[in-house]
Amino acid sequence: MPRPEVQAPPEIFYNESEARKYTTSSRIIEIQARISERALELLALPDDGVPKMLLDIGCGSGLSGETLTEHGHHWIGCDISQSMLDVALERETEGDLLLADMGEGLGLRPGVMDGAISISAVQWLCNADKSSHEPRLRLKAFFGSLYRCLARGARAVLQFYADNVKQTEMLVSFAMKAGFAGGVVIDWPHSSKAKKSYLVLTCGTSSVASLPKGKGENGEMCSSDDDGDDDESNDDQTVGTYGRNRSNKRQKVNKKNGRGKDWLLRKKEQMRKRGRDVPADTKYTGRKRKTRF
Amino acid sequence: MRLLTHNFLASNVKGVSTGYPLALEVAKTSIKEVELNVDFLRGILPKIDWRALFAATSAAGFPELLAAEQPPEAELFAEGAAAVEGSAIRRLHHALLEIHVEEGTLVCPDSGRSFPILKGVPNMLLHEDEVRH
Repeated sequence: MPRPEVQAPPEIFYNESEARKYTTSSRIIEIQARISERALELLALPDDGVPKMLLDIGCGSGLSGETLTEHGHHWIGCDISQSMLDVALERETEGDLLLADMGEGLGLRPGVMDGAISISAVQWLCNADKSSHEPRLRLKAFFGSLYRCLARGARAVLQFYADNVKQTEMLVSFAMKAGFAGGVVIDWPHSSKAKKSYLVLTCGTSSVASLPKGKGENGEMCSSDDDGDDDESNDDQTVGTYGRNRSNKRQKVNKKNGRGKDWLLRKKEQMRKRGRDVPADTKYTGRKRKTRF
Repeated sequence: MRLLTHNFLASNVKGVSTGYPLALEVAKTSIKEVELNVDFLRGILPKIDWRALFAATSAAGFPELLAAEQPPEAELFAEGAAAVEGSAIRRLHHALLEIHVEEGTLVCPDSGRSFPILKGVPNMLLHEDEVRH
């Protein structure tokens, strides 16, 4: 299946049946919860137990918002799909919902949000779904308004699926132009399925060196039961390495063990037992031939 | 939509400079109780536009709930005030987080453009010619 972005515009793709499918699939719920958990971790909110006011861009049916609620935060979600918001209403999510298009700019007062997250949404901005859509202008409007509505020093963590490197570059460059500092954090870069890209942006000045590290950068693999909360123990686990190198090594070892004089004598004995015509064992048996031969 | 969210919302229509505060016309409200958290209120108070909040509570049918001018912080966050029924902080908490506007309209003060609120969700989508870029 191609990615939804290439199939139809978001407000049409996420129709009633698609919205329902999205929220009844336990697999999607689990993935969304795990990504939101990680996004919240990357948001690096101060650990003082005070609830924060967060923005969820492309909140959909409120799956990601649920994670925010679990952590005790208040949130405002916006989405362009009415059907997705209807499902969110049915699920009685705690946050407030807005029907809005992020590409038109977020209609919020400056400096009011303590942070923003977005799960699998901003890549939609790279598409021109209507004749009036110009991706560059929409990206500019989005990042500009996001920068304005965040408080100073607040972070925005936007998880996205980029089609190619160019798209990532485009997203990053527009974020930088809007005044953000930060970059892309990639979790599990070597896995095609578990790979997740996060655009981690800080409002105001912040050194790029403080960008958090992605998970699994050292070639360790993502296990399916890996949760966000056991990162520390993760490093101590025996992790699988990639197949190619290991099997080569094994082959070499086998060759050395198998092809000696002992091996040859054993084979000859075997053949004799089967009644084959085998040359007698001499001092020349199993020796290397001279080069001139 | 809670009045806290209303307090943060601004109109994004092309040609509008501030677009704030959005006038609130309320047809139906509901009350959902939420636990009071003093630290959250202390953090959010500097970001609240009190006049807009006062206007919104009046529009939602609670004109007596808040004072027209913001009470001093010493009064709001006085020791033990959160436990007292009808204290300023209790009323602020009720106004910000417990009153939900279910049906109504938001009107941009500059352009007069109205945004309908249906089932508690304001429709902030713009028409093509209203987008500012």
